[in-house]
Amino acid sequence: MNKHLFEYLLRLGDDSLIIGHRLSEWCGHGPILEEDIAMTNMALDFIGQATTILEYAAKVENAGRDADALAFLRYEREYRNVLLVEQPNEDFAVTMVRQFLFDAFRKPLYEALQNSSDEQIAAIAEKSLKETKYHLKHSSEWVIRLGDGTEESHEKAQYAIDTLWRYTDELFFENEVDAALQSENIVPSLIPIREEWQKTVTAVLAEATLTIPQNGWKQQGGRTGLHSENLGYILAELQYMQRAYPGMKW
Amino acid sequence: MKENNIEELERQFQEKIDNDIKIEPRDWMPDAYRDTLIRQISQHAHSEIVGMLPEGNWITRAPNLRRKAVLLAKVQDEAGHGLYLYSAAETLGADREETIDDLHSGKAKYSSIFNYPTLSWADMGAIGWLVDGAAIMNQVPLCRCSYGPYARAMVRVCKEESFHQRQGFEIMSTLANGTPEQKAMAQDALNRFWWPALMMFGPNDAESKHTEQSMRWKIKRQTNDELRQQFVDITVPQAEMIGLTVPDADLKFNTETGHYESGEINWDEFWQVVKGNGPCNKDRVDARRKAKENGMWVREAAAAHAEKRANRSKEKRA
Repeated sequence: MNKHLFEYLLRLGDDSLIIGHRLSEWCGHGPILEEDIAMTNMALDFIGQATTILEYAAKVENAGRDADALAFLRYEREYRNVLLVEQPNEDFAVTMVRQFLFDAFRKPLYEALQNSSDEQIAAIAEKSLKETKYHLKHSSEWVIRLGDGTEESHEKAQYAIDTLWRYTDELFFENEVDAALQSENIVPSLIPIREEWQKTVTAVLAEATLTIPQNGWKQQGGRTGLHSENLGYILAELQYMQRAYPGMKW
Repeated sequence: MKENNIEELERQFQEKIDNDIKIEPRDWMPDAYRDTLIRQISQHAHSEIVGMLPEGNWITRAPNLRRKAVLLAKVQDEAGHGLYLYSAAETLGADREETIDDLHSGKAKYSSIFNYPTLSWADMGAIGWLVDGAAIMNQVPLCRCSYGPYARAMVRVCKEESFHQRQGFEIMSTLANGTPEQKAMAQDALNRFWWPALMMFGPNDAESKHTEQSMRWKIKRQTNDELRQQFVDITVPQAEMIGLTVPDADLKFNTETGHYESGEINWDEFWQVVKGNGPCNKDRVDARRKAKENGMWVREAAAAHAEKRANRSKEKRA
């Protein structure tokens, strides 16, 4: 199997799975009914993406595991999502800022992955891009509304940026996996993607009258399986049925 | 003169109803008809919204990716139904926020079934199969309801509900044909949800204070007991088909009438739950109230931002 490709697919798939899980926690508790529907809808998009990506990962791995085995039966240290997506929802500002920082990364990434020499990845990227554009529009609009809304909402949005900013560096983590796949034109370099991310984030935060924190320490670890304490609790819920009733069909 | 006028309007109104002509928002209607519809439609909307909670409870723990996606889609459908129904109530002059406040204060009711907890994955099957199944029985006749916007909303709602019902049955049937643990889980869910599902049709006809007038207005087309009987007749064979036992020792098929005869519903439990003493009444309303309270600053921010934008574009034009 192509170990690097498998690893890369886990990054993509786990990011989608975990952020989808976080969004789904809002279901029934959203601040407005329309927003409850929107967040559930986004959760559904991400679970759909995770399914397609992990199905492909399972195929690449070719070890008898399927997408469900990958999603539900790995240990904590085997998940490859960035720390950003596992951060708790806290309130609507933290959730929307987290979403925005992630969507602003996902959009240029999928745009570039559409040109992947791997047809399967190109197809997944093309399909997911449509959703991602909508997600980014949605989260950008909310960041602007909250930042440039009331004093209270501005404070909460600024707190969200200050809290989450330390996790943004890791979105652009690269190692030998990327180098190997880039040499075959399977995945893009994250340098131009970072530039585009920076442009989007700067523009939206400016319109939202929010300030980008300067020179803070940056956290990473998710891409290499070293997660925050949050992931364990996510997995405890996510994997509950598969762990409590091993080997059954649902 | 004025009284004669109202009598005449009432006569014309009833004539329309008798001729199956739909009543539309701008048409004249008796106050009591309007009030009955507002009560019923907003109760229905609240049921959809509160109904998201017991199923939402299992989204993060769904056993595989497919089931998770299907459950998310289902709960999202319910939120959508709530939205239509609040809009239908608005056509009668009911303000959505006020209607929601009535839910939070306990003034407005919602379907009591959602005051029961969801304790296992099989409950997702039982709710789809039994609760959505019972809801369909109630709602299919509402597609012919005399009030146009409600009838039209119901057409769409019923299509989605019938999809949910089949999904629920499919979950149950998978479990019932699974391992002994899975089958036990399915049977336990049926045991817990059977009677509350029968209660969803409301009190016996003799006890139902709204039925007679609602039938005359064609808001309601069949009585509670008729609908309950239809549900039992359809559902018992489905349970048998997948090897589950309906938890009613008195249940028997009457070959002469062609109907099942059920045991007596525990009406004391029914009224206790209606009064607010069900296992989850407090949790459900608290969750909705909290969502509204925690969302207040978000709604205020959206309004403040919209106002700023409007002012800015005014300044630009000036």
